[in-house]
Amino acid sequence: MSTTATLPQVIPGPAKDPAIARSLGRRRSHANTIVKCLCILATVIGLLLLASILATLLWRGAAGLSASVFTQVTKPPGSNGGLLNPIVGTIIQTVLGTMIGTPIGLLVGTYLAEYGRDSALSNAVRFVSDVLLSAPSILIGLFIYELLVQPFGGFSGFAGCVALAVIVIPIVVRTTEDMLRLIPAGLREAAIGLGAPKWKVIVMICYRAALDGIATGVLLAVARIAGETAPLLFTSLGNLNWSISLARPMASLPVTIYQYAGSAFDDWVQLAWVAALLITLGVLAINIVARVALRRKA
Amino acid sequence: MQQAVPAATLSSSRRRGNVGDAIFAGLAVASGVFVLLLLGSLILSLFIGGLPAFSAFGFGFLWSSTWDPVKQVFGAAVSVYGTVITSVLALILAVPLAFGIAFFLTELAPNWMRRPIGTAIELLAAIPSIIYGMWGFFVIVPLMSQYIQPPLIDAFDGIPLLQDLFSGPPFGTGIFTAALILAVMVIPFIAATMRDVFETVPPVYKESAYGVGCTTWEVMRSIVLPYTRVSVVGGIMLGLGRALGETMAVTFVIGNANHISPNLFAAGNTIASLVALEFPESPAGSLKLASLLALGFILFVISFIVLAVSRALLRPKLKV
Repeated sequence: MSTTATLPQVIPGPAKDPAIARSLGRRRSHANTIVKCLCILATVIGLLLLASILATLLWRGAAGLSASVFTQVTKPPGSNGGLLNPIVGTIIQTVLGTMIGTPIGLLVGTYLAEYGRDSALSNAVRFVSDVLLSAPSILIGLFIYELLVQPFGGFSGFAGCVALAVIVIPIVVRTTEDMLRLIPAGLREAAIGLGAPKWKVIVMICYRAALDGIATGVLLAVARIAGETAPLLFTSLGNLNWSISLARPMASLPVTIYQYAGSAFDDWVQLAWVAALLITLGVLAINIVARVALRRKA
Repeated sequence: MQQAVPAATLSSSRRRGNVGDAIFAGLAVASGVFVLLLLGSLILSLFIGGLPAFSAFGFGFLWSSTWDPVKQVFGAAVSVYGTVITSVLALILAVPLAFGIAFFLTELAPNWMRRPIGTAIELLAAIPSIIYGMWGFFVIVPLMSQYIQPPLIDAFDGIPLLQDLFSGPPFGTGIFTAALILAVMVIPFIAATMRDVFETVPPVYKESAYGVGCTTWEVMRSIVLPYTRVSVVGGIMLGLGRALGETMAVTFVIGNANHISPNLFAAGNTIASLVALEFPESPAGSLKLASLLALGFILFVISFIVLAVSRALLRPKLKV
């Protein structure tokens, strides 16, 4: 038996003519070059935007940097005030918000990775957590206003902390679940084989192995809430007087920026730029540290 | 020979282990349920808070374009329109740029460049929105009013439709400027998602296409994009979800006006900016506050739908 191989019929087309083929090829490579250039242009525009924001902040913000920014509280325009209470307020609310939100987020992430896995409840929790992660932060502010401000008759630093904690939870949930799922099963099996109960396996083996990743998630959450403005407008409100009481309105850098930047006083606008510079440098520094830590782990 | 552990100690320690397990599992499940309750009560509190407005104005609240604090008549149409138009415009501006950046990062950039540029773009996403607001107000608004709006207004003058979309006076603020700032804010989200989904394309598909002589652009258009089409749309929806609820950046530049105008250079409002601007003048228990909360409820419903769709589209490719 003989097999015959037939070559596919070459369809006679314009490309058979070498001149036309060359011009078609040229057109394709031209299109390629144009798209490549446009993509490089898009990337350059993206980088220029970042550079423009940073340069504006450095230029306008550095002009107002002085020791009094860190030693004086906010004062009426024209009396050489500083930013001490917003700085302290931001630190208090960010730290407390992180401390409230992290344990809850950690437990939810643990539930999703270790207990629920792919059950209906855990899929629902995962979905809801993702919705919370991307939900407009202004709505979280309104929610905490309804929950903690209106019933208790006043804006408070505590309400601000809770609003920020609600933002922290889904960020920690996501990183905790991802990191716990990366841990090799052999590590768990070895501990179970030694007779360790499940909670000990999770707390002493899994958490330890995932520590770097979880810490990165917490750092990213800190960076996110340190610059949040909208939820604080409805909860801790801002306070131009010195106060570190959690039961009273509390100042914060983002809200102070919002109040000062729109004002008609030059020295307030200048302070707003300083506050913007401080918050941006802080947030970017935390982000870079978190990324470097994660990369070393990966 | 090893010392045998007395049976009583062994079983008591096992019991303790079981109790510990029960407590820990209980805590984990309870916190999972807590998150469900959290979102549930968020929706409920916005709805209940907005109830007085819904019952006072009925369904008309949704399409009434009046916002009159003096007569105590409130409607959602202006701010819903502003929210949708700024977000959609922002996506029109942001998607081509984000695509270009993602294409550059996955196919064009030399290896040593990918990480630093990728990180720089991600840092753009980390900058707080209030900073975008300030930057927009002090840098972009003057640029718009001096160099961008006047020539556009002149160029389109006399052309039907376009002259309605772009007309004076050039204040610099307004819907178009807000969309521009929003575009800058969502570019990093969309670009990062696109980059991640482009990287899920199996290399052998691309190599085969290169093997038959495709150019880089042809590989992108005929192999990568068809393979990732659904997820790319999901990434764009994710950006839309961000843009819809953005507050501070928009509040600075939108101009705060409560009327609908086809003119893109005119001032307007989004739900988020209206809530942020009007909240201080809305005493507890007033109909105005209820209207703001009702607007919050509407915003939540819109962004919930967008986020759910985006997640459903992205899920097959990326674990999100």
